Amino acid sequence: MRQPPVDYLARTRSLYDHLGYAPYRWHRSDDAVALVQPVVPLAECTVALVSSGGVYRRGQLAFHHADDVSFRVVPTDTLTADLRATHFAYDLTDARRDPNVVFPIDTLRDLAADGVIGGLGPRSYTFMGGIYSTRRVREALVPPLVAQILADHVDLALLVPV
Amino acid sequence: MSLTSAWSITAAARPPRAAYVDYPLGHTAGKPFDREDQRAIVLGALRTLAAPHSGEIVDLGRTWSDDDAWKDRVLRPGGASGGGVATGDERSERRREPMWQNEDDRVAAEARHEAGPCGECVGAE
Repeated sequence: MRQPPVDYLARTRSLYDHLGYAPYRWHRSDDAVALVQPVVPLAECTVALVSSGGVYRRGQLAFHHADDVSFRVVPTDTLTADLRATHFAYDLTDARRDPNVVFPIDTLRDLAADGVIGGLGPRSYTFMGGIYSTRRVREALVPPLVAQILADHVDLALLVPV
Repeated sequence: MSLTSAWSITAAARPPRAAYVDYPLGHTAGKPFDREDQRAIVLGALRTLAAPHSGEIVDLGRTWSDDDAWKDRVLRPGGASGGGVATGDERSERRREPMWQNEDDRVAAEARHEAGPCGECVGAE
């Protein structure tokens, strides 16, 4: 039987109540962000891939599971076999078998090869979501991450949250 | 633009462009090894470039399986069961040390960082 989308806000609230935790404070935006219109068509866009699935490359430091606000710079030509995943809040079974489920690097490489997008930026970016402090995300994670993405001169960023 | 498999969270955060897949967490960009599914989803997200209004979430119409029974167990008390589909409470202990996928990763990372920061682990070295 079909069901509506899982209401993660309500379920988290109820689970935390059950566990005796304080309510989780989700990020809520009061204002809509103005759309920035693309200056080139999709087929000419350079795309930055940004994932919160806890992906790192072999040779890089794994994320820790206690509000880690660091991020990894993953060169876009990284071999898929060298990608790893660690995250404290989702079942990693499939991400470890096929990282494309949370970090669609092969998917984007194929779309670039087929001319659907112009190409991928030189670097992709990963971090581990499930950070309990939205303030730390805003103040410690986002500014250096955005600065690096902007320095890559990409046309759009595809965020793949988990 | 953002993909999402958590409609309620994305609706609260209001990214300017978003595309939704009705999949269990951990599969935002498709089913494992299903290249066709992965391509359709990423393409669906990229096409929100042409969205006329900020804050809309486009439902890509992807469904995980023939029925939605997996949703009954998501984030319910009782613990994780594994096997690729999030069930129950999947959270692990919140330890402040690197949580390696493989022990071999630790060895490779230590070797690489022996001479100093690699510049790719921003905020962690």
